[in-house]
Amino acid sequence: MTLADVFLTALASMTSNVLRTLLTMLGIIIGIGAVITLTAASEGAQQGVGERIRGLGSNLMFIRPGAVEQGGIQLPGSGPGLFLEDARAIEAAQFPYIEGVASQATAGEPDPILLTQAIYLGQNTSTSLLGTEPSYQFVRDFYVESGRFISEDDITKKALVTVLGADVREELFGSDDPIGKNVRIVIGPANFNVGFNFTVIGVMETKGASAATNQDDVVIVPLPSFQARVPFIRDPRGRTNVNQINIKLTDRSKSEEAKDDISALLRQRHSVSENDFRIQTQTDLLDTATEVERSLQVLVVSIALISLIVGGIGIMNIMLVSVTERTREIGIRKAVGAKRIDILWQFLIESFMVTMLGGTLGVIAGIGATEIAQRFAIGGDTTYVVTPLWVLVGLVVAGITGIIAGVYPAWRASRLDPIEALRHE
Amino acid sequence: MIRLHGVTKVYRMGLQRVHALQGIDLEIAAGEFLAIMGPSGSGKSTLMNIIGCLDRPTAGTFELDGRDIQQLNDNQLAILRNRRLGFVFQSFNLLPRMSAIDQVALPLLYRGAINRRKVAAAALKLVGLSDRAHHKPTQLSGGQQQRVAIARALVGRPAIILADEPTGALDTKTSMDVMEVFRKLNEEFGMTIAFVTHEADVAAYTRRIVLLRDGRVVSDEPNTPSYKIASEASGA
Repeated sequence: MTLADVFLTALASMTSNVLRTLLTMLGIIIGIGAVITLTAASEGAQQGVGERIRGLGSNLMFIRPGAVEQGGIQLPGSGPGLFLEDARAIEAAQFPYIEGVASQATAGEPDPILLTQAIYLGQNTSTSLLGTEPSYQFVRDFYVESGRFISEDDITKKALVTVLGADVREELFGSDDPIGKNVRIVIGPANFNVGFNFTVIGVMETKGASAATNQDDVVIVPLPSFQARVPFIRDPRGRTNVNQINIKLTDRSKSEEAKDDISALLRQRHSVSENDFRIQTQTDLLDTATEVERSLQVLVVSIALISLIVGGIGIMNIMLVSVTERTREIGIRKAVGAKRIDILWQFLIESFMVTMLGGTLGVIAGIGATEIAQRFAIGGDTTYVVTPLWVLVGLVVAGITGIIAGVYPAWRASRLDPIEALRHE
Repeated sequence: MIRLHGVTKVYRMGLQRVHALQGIDLEIAAGEFLAIMGPSGSGKSTLMNIIGCLDRPTAGTFELDGRDIQQLNDNQLAILRNRRLGFVFQSFNLLPRMSAIDQVALPLLYRGAINRRKVAAAALKLVGLSDRAHHKPTQLSGGQQQRVAIARALVGRPAIILADEPTGALDTKTSMDVMEVFRKLNEEFGMTIAFVTHEADVAAYTRRIVLLRDGRVVSDEPNTPSYKIASEASGA
C-alpha cells in the first residue's frame, strides 16, 4: 500500500460520513480559531503599545514625584512634590547628555478629581489641562501647526493664553479659526470649580493617542498661569508644582548615567537619602509593557492549549468509537490481506487528516473572526495582527494532536483478530 | 497444494475447552472443486478459517504451497491471504458505502498493484456484473452482492477460493445462480474452489464431498457433478 493509497482510503472514510467528520473537527476548529484570534489581538496590542511608547518622542526620560508608603501601600502621586525649580536646577547642571528639559503639570483626564472643561460660546468639551513651558515642543517632539506656542515671556507673566489640541479645536471651533478667540477653561467638579478666560494663541499638530491618553484632546497653558490663580492647588511656598519633568537625552545609551546623576542632584535638593521621586526611561516603559504582554500571551496560549487538549480528547474518543463501529470493516480488510501496519496507517492518517483539515478551517475561521472584530471594532480600536508564526504553530499543533489522538485507537484497530472482527455485529 | 495433517483446534469458552477440530487429515490439489459438509458444530467453519489463514491450528501441520504456516508471522499470513487465498462469506462482508468496483479492487490495493480498476472491472465482468460496477452494496440484491464478493475473492488470481456457506443467506434460485458462477470459474478457468455448505443440492455441484462430524473427517468421497439435474434438485 502506497502512502497515496493510505491518504485516499482515509479520505474516502472521512467523506463517507461528513457529519461525523465535521463534529470531530469542531473542537480543533474552535481551538485553532481561538489561537489565531487571541494571538492576533495580543500581537496587535503589543505592536500598538510599542508604537505609542515610541511615539512619545525619542530618548525620553521622565521624572515623577515619588510615592509615599502607608501601611505598605504606595499612594500614587502622593510624593513630597516636584517643582519647576527642580527642572531648572537640572538644566543649570548642564549635563552633556541632556538635550532639553520640559516640566509639565496636568489636570483632567485621567485624573478624576480635577475634571477639565473647555468652553467657547455654546460649545463645551471635557478635556485635560496641560501646564508646561516653551521647551515642551522640542522635548516631546510635538509642535504647533498654526499660531505660536507658549513663550518664556508667557511663563514669567503667568499669561492667560492657551494652545489647543487638534481635537479640542475641532470640538469647539469646527472649521473656524480659533486664534485670538477667548476660551473659558474650568477645572474641578460642577459645584466646586474654578475657571478663567484664556486667549487662544495656537493649535497643535495632530499626534494621536499616547500610552494612556489622547494627546490631541488637551488644552496647553503656561505652567504657572493656572496654578498661581487657584488657591487649592497653589504651593504655599510660592513654588510651581509639576507632576512630570521630561528630559530629552542625546543618546539612549546614556540613560543609566543620566539616572544616577539626576537622582543624586534631586536627592541633594530635597535633602533626602532615598529617592522621593521616580525616574523612568522610555526603555523602562517598553520593558514594562513587554512584560505585561508576555503574561497576556502566556494566558492566551494556555487557553488555546486547553481547548486543543479538549479537542484532541474529542477526536480520540470519536476514533475509539469509530474503531468499534468499524470492527467488521477492519476484519474484512484483514481477510483480503491488509497487514497490521496498513490498518494502523489508515486510522492514524485519518485522525491526522481530520485534525489538519480542522486546523486549516480553524485558521480560516480565526482570520475571519479577526476581520469581523476589526470591521465592527469589537474590543475598541484594537488592531488584530495575524502572524504567520501562529498560523504555522496552529497547524503543527493540530497535526500533532491528530497523531497523538489517533495512535491509541489505530493501535487498537490494528491488533484486532480477523475472525473476531468478522464475527462482530 | 494444500495439505493438513493431524490438525486440531481447541477453543476456550470461559472455563470450558471446546475441541472444534480433532485431527483432520486433508489434501486439496489444484483445480479441485469440493464441498465440506457436516452438521452445525462439526468444525466446518473452523477448518475453513484455518485453510483461509485467518486462524492457526492448535496442533498438527498445515502446508500451503509446501510452506508450513505455523512458521509464519501475522504479516506473512496477511500476505498469504492477499496473494494466495480468496474468501467468500455467508454474509457477503462487503464494505458499506463503497462501490462494487472499489470493493473488488481492495485486495489489489493491499498488494500495491497498479491498474487496479481495470483488473477489478475484468473480475466483475467474469461474474456478470459489469453494469453494476458503481453501485454500492445497498443498491444491489443479495445474489449480486455475493457475486461482487466472489469477484473480490478471485481478482487477485488466488491459488484457492474458500467460501463459507456462500449461499446460506440466499434463496434457492439465487443460490443456483451463484453456484453457476463457481462452476464456471472451476470448469472454464481451472480455479480451485472449496466451500462449506449444509445444503445437499449445493454440494451436488462439486466433484468431491468431505463430510465432517465432531471435528473429524467421517467421509471423503468423489462426487459426480450434477449440473444437469440441478434444476430438478432445486425443485425437490
